[in-house]
Amino acid sequence: MEPVFDSKAAPKEAVPSPMAPEIFRVEKYRRETHDTYTLELRPASGTGEHRFKAGQFNMLYTFGVGEAAISISGDPSLPNHLIHTIRAVGAVTKAMSKLKVGGTIGVRGPFGSCWPVQEAVGNDVLIIAGGIGLAPLRPVIYQVLAERRKYGKVFLLYGTRTPDDLLYRGELEKWRARFDMEVLATVDRASSDWHGNVGVVTTLLKKLVLDPNNTVAMICGPEIMMRFVAMDLIKKDFGLDRIYVSMERNMKCGIGLCGHCQYGPTFICKDGPVYTYDRVIELLARREI
Amino acid sequence: METLEPILAAHPFFTGMSPELLKLLVGCASNVKFDAGDFISREGQDASEFFIIRQGKVALELFSPTHGAITVETLEDGEVMGWSWLLPPYRSHFDARAMELTRTIRFDGKCLRSKLEADHHLGYEMLKRFVKIIAERLSATRLQLLDIYGTRV
Repeated sequence: MEPVFDSKAAPKEAVPSPMAPEIFRVEKYRRETHDTYTLELRPASGTGEHRFKAGQFNMLYTFGVGEAAISISGDPSLPNHLIHTIRAVGAVTKAMSKLKVGGTIGVRGPFGSCWPVQEAVGNDVLIIAGGIGLAPLRPVIYQVLAERRKYGKVFLLYGTRTPDDLLYRGELEKWRARFDMEVLATVDRASSDWHGNVGVVTTLLKKLVLDPNNTVAMICGPEIMMRFVAMDLIKKDFGLDRIYVSMERNMKCGIGLCGHCQYGPTFICKDGPVYTYDRVIELLARREI
Repeated sequence: METLEPILAAHPFFTGMSPELLKLLVGCASNVKFDAGDFISREGQDASEFFIIRQGKVALELFSPTHGAITVETLEDGEVMGWSWLLPPYRSHFDARAMELTRTIRFDGKCLRSKLEADHHLGYEMLKRFVKIIAERLSATRLQLLDIYGTRV
């Protein structure tokens, strides 16, 4: 009789567990603002790629401290360069901010849904970011600019608290200098040596002529900001299915098992973080969620 | 002679206003240009005018002895600056400084107030436009007050 299970016939390549972090090493560390920094990571093994889609996140593990869900902010076409921009706000991200080049970190992922970069082909693209919200949208910008001819007009509206809080200043300048992209930045307050806009990010929308039937809007920032921006876009006749937002809750497992990030009938780690606005408009109005 | 009427008609603030009403307003309007750095109004001074910005950029500032001039809002082409001319005691609440060469249409507040009092239809049309702007700026100010990009929200 043949054995029911032949251990010798086990798969040659083990499927990695989504709960087991892979060890990465910090290759570059760059301070972006007083509380925000960017880590460029490479697998400690020296080989392997980390493919992801714009909008997805990883669970980053600071050994001995804990895990945090952090969006991937690098270029999806460069899977050898895993890049995360992180704001030091909690115990984990503050500990992470103390990592040095060569230090190790655990990575699980990528997880979650992605921005509609492919669906937006043939349309105008309106990217609206607030604060650290530019980080999850940067991969979209890289992808759209890499295939610029496939898209109509491209707008980037970006709001932060002060000029010192603007992320990726060098890249913002380069994008602003392009003839095929309109970049508008604004800050909530500034001293008189700032020559840009002052006012909330919604005020920038007034400056644009948009075609709501031919534009895909992608919004990332504080939830209140996203609500107000979406409200203004709806006033401009945008359909709810043309507005995408990236939601944030306390994510733990990353695979929709633990329930920490349950958001109404969905789990943000699995069904989100990127949603069309029609899926969340009712939920956003509920205080209990 | 060319009048300011076509310029007013093309400005977003006056969208939808009838030519008859615009004619009434033109008598209170004049073309004014400010160079970068010029103060258009100063906090506490008489607010006897308001401006529609045709081209340029204006910073609304408050001065603090410890922080210097703090810009609380910037206004650009197509926007309106100043509503203190509508409400007694007609005093400016902010400094308004041209950040670059700024071309405006200036309205004499006293002239305008007398016309709005005399013609309530014109008065209502103007107030509707100002209330919309005030509501938008109030909403934006509330968002600014929340400090949404900080860690508190």
